[in-house]
Amino acid sequence: MDRKKIRFGIQAASTLIQNANFKGFFTGKIYEGASKSVCVPGLNCYSCPGAVGSCPIGSLQSFLSGIKFKFPYYVLGLLIFFGAVAGRAICGFLCPFGFLQDLIYKIPFYKKNKFKIDRFLRYLKYVVLLLLVIILPMTFNLTPFFCKYVCPEGTIAGLMLSAADSNVRSALGPLFNWKFILLMIFIITGLIVRRPFCKYVCPLGAIYGFFNKIAIYRMSHDPNKCIHCGACAKVCHMNVDPSKTPNSMECIRCGDCVDVCPKNALYLGVKKERKVPKKSETV
Amino acid sequence: MKRYLPAILLMVCAAALIGVGIYLRQPESVLHKAVRICMECIGLG
Repeated sequence: MDRKKIRFGIQAASTLIQNANFKGFFTGKIYEGASKSVCVPGLNCYSCPGAVGSCPIGSLQSFLSGIKFKFPYYVLGLLIFFGAVAGRAICGFLCPFGFLQDLIYKIPFYKKNKFKIDRFLRYLKYVVLLLLVIILPMTFNLTPFFCKYVCPEGTIAGLMLSAADSNVRSALGPLFNWKFILLMIFIITGLIVRRPFCKYVCPLGAIYGFFNKIAIYRMSHDPNKCIHCGACAKVCHMNVDPSKTPNSMECIRCGDCVDVCPKNALYLGVKKERKVPKKSETV
Repeated sequence: MKRYLPAILLMVCAAALIGVGIYLRQPESVLHKAVRICMECIGLG
């Protein structure tokens, strides 16, 4: 089985496992079991009727925005643990919203992944992380700014809950309309650009990106095998050149570059240490 | 082993943070927040 199919299978299984409370989709009631004390690695709103775990970004904000400030040891520990193991492979394999965006991108439409402001827009997710997830919730108590004003996962949860519960449906107002417009922007943009939310907005991806260079699951590039054909950079939808920066903070470990490399110069996974002499040393 | 040393050290630190969090009963706070519908999250706040 090829890598794409395996990744698709893992993404689908991960989405189903993280939303295994299927009954909730029909009753409109959220899961209340003990597993919700554990944060899932990807972005999955805990108010989604199917969710059996907690969203790490929502949990982080609830600690930071509490009336009495509590340092989020537990959530931070889980985030560091997930990051050290897999880095942004979590975005590529385990995140339900990433999976949804991959499905949307499969719809035949005009596609464009490389454009001028892309480089600058990438920094937006760090601003979102600092401002909406950390600074503003710490400044204004009881307001999870990212969840309240941006998170499209919460909007999807709201749509599902309102479909099953007339009370929720009748309470929808301007805030929901704003979030729904944002969700539509992400979906429509997602038809053209691959994973726009992950690239430009997701604070969770911003956090995991810091771990890409040191994570257990990471990419290796063999300069002795590389013929600099550029095939890897050309196929990358996250606009990374794996031959130059195999562990870029933007790489979500989809493995498309590994598949197209004609010389097997790229390797993705856990690798035994082996000293590779540089080309200049071998001449 | 040397290649993965930073990741292993981070995992140890993460385990320590999780341990402190559990000692401070933070998973209960996460559960408390997650078992009620978050009005802000779904756009009703």
